[in-house]
Amino acid sequence: MLAIAFYILAAVTVVSGALVITARNPVHSVLFLILAFFSAAGLFVLMGAEFLAMLLVVVYVGAVAVLFLFVVMMLDVDFTKLRQGFANYLPIGMVVGILLLIELIMISSAVAQRGAAAGKSPQVYGAEMSNIEAIGRVLYTDYVYVFQAAGLVLLVAMIGAIVLTLQHRTYVKRQDIHTQVTRRRKDAVAIVKVKTGEGIKE
Amino acid sequence: MTDANFWAGPWGWTIITIGQALAVIVGVMVSLAFLLWGDRKVWAGVQMRKGPNVVGPFGLMQSFADFFKFVLKEVIIPAGADKPVFLIAPLLTFVLAFMSWAVIPFAPGWVVSNINVGILYLFAISSLGVYGIIMGGWASNSKYPFLGGLRSAAQMVSYEVSLGFIIITVVLLAGSMNLSDIVNKQAGGIWNWNFLGGGGLLGLGIIKLPVMFGMMVMFYISALAETNRPPFDLPEAESELVAGYQVEYSSTPYLLFMIGEYANIVLMCAMITILFFGGWQSPIPMDSIIAPGTLAYTLISLGWFIVKVVFWFIMFAIAKAIVPRYRYDQLMRLGWKVFLPLSLVAVVIIAAYQVFGGNFA
Repeated sequence: MLAIAFYILAAVTVVSGALVITARNPVHSVLFLILAFFSAAGLFVLMGAEFLAMLLVVVYVGAVAVLFLFVVMMLDVDFTKLRQGFANYLPIGMVVGILLLIELIMISSAVAQRGAAAGKSPQVYGAEMSNIEAIGRVLYTDYVYVFQAAGLVLLVAMIGAIVLTLQHRTYVKRQDIHTQVTRRRKDAVAIVKVKTGEGIKE
Repeated sequence: MTDANFWAGPWGWTIITIGQALAVIVGVMVSLAFLLWGDRKVWAGVQMRKGPNVVGPFGLMQSFADFFKFVLKEVIIPAGADKPVFLIAPLLTFVLAFMSWAVIPFAPGWVVSNINVGILYLFAISSLGVYGIIMGGWASNSKYPFLGGLRSAAQMVSYEVSLGFIIITVVLLAGSMNLSDIVNKQAGGIWNWNFLGGGGLLGLGIIKLPVMFGMMVMFYISALAETNRPPFDLPEAESELVAGYQVEYSSTPYLLFMIGEYANIVLMCAMITILFFGGWQSPIPMDSIIAPGTLAYTLISLGWFIVKVVFWFIMFAIAKAIVPRYRYDQLMRLGWKVFLPLSLVAVVIIAAYQVFGGNFA
């Protein structure tokens, strides 16, 4: 059963990954990317890492990919134009691709021989501990400074993005709910006795 | 195959689980039919109309009549539509809406899948719900549906953030992400339910009461926004976008959208019930009257769960009837500038209480 589930999920991940780069329509590409994320989450569940699987779905599928899809849908991408220069970039693209492939093979062989796959996984907690607790323990004890630093990096990135895109436009009328709610009758209404034939002077 | 081990084996387990899932889906579908009728009756009552009253006694069969009407109509697919995505979108909404019910504990022990990350699973699946809407809006190849889809995407992503923080406060109180554990933690009467702070009201425990009550109100409002219900139904605002992402949908695909939407609303009611209203727990402890573990106890617990879900559904229906629609910038302001900071502060307060409160109580 486990093997069947693994092969189905793995096949879906690989096929949808391939379709991400071959699909003609960019929106279809993003949808296949989402499918790849989702089946990768399924693979995590098979490995017993249900917390990581849920995080993958919540963060990548539920938030990042939605914004991605949002932007891609509004872009007007003309693929015939994009494909015109395809042959010129092919050699550089192939060099980068081959380099990445070599690195991937090196990493995976290193993991297979000396890493977690070789049975030398780091300290294994008791089976009664759920993997949320296990991750929490490692994250907030051994790696707490790294964890906090990662948070700070994200904060800096966020502030940077806000600073880059924030524009103070003075001509835009904005709603200030506080002034609306605290407005009283005497601030807005003045009763003036108007003499006949004179009108109101400001 | 009368062997007892068969039901413990992989095939027996698969059959049992599929049976349970079917029971849940059929149960939810049938209750949806009557809840939909109830929704329309409440709405009609507020507006001093009679509402559906022709099909069956009190119009109870109205939803079934509507069902057959939808199914028997012709499916119209716009010429410029992206056909596969156009048809997958309502299916996705429908399937995701029912997937979440797998982890909902209806009564003690009555849950299809009692997983440790239950609340995260619910959160993950409900965050996927936006895809049905955004895909439907895009694939229709029409302006109003597209605008509706974009609005919906921005709105649901915004409110998910505060929803997540509100859920974290409950997880901090319960010390578990397992929904059954969260409900069990609220045992022993109404004063132990999370909307009153979840037990230990004496001493410093009292500081949890206003925080958690506020969290319940915010969860209710965020749930309205998350399910695109009025007053936050901007993705389908009739006065601006005709019917938003549903404009080009007809017959069965539209029906799937509508059932999915209502299943999500009832799911949100079930979530408020589990997180804040003690799930299946009775408001007055009933362990001394009926022994826990008996069938009668389980059925009464199930009854309490249903009563609470229906109560919250009526709250949703009343909000639809009496609250005017928000403007989009007001909606975003509420989500990002009011709910997000408040829920963050609440997480800090509850976390501080859980760490330091025990020393003084």
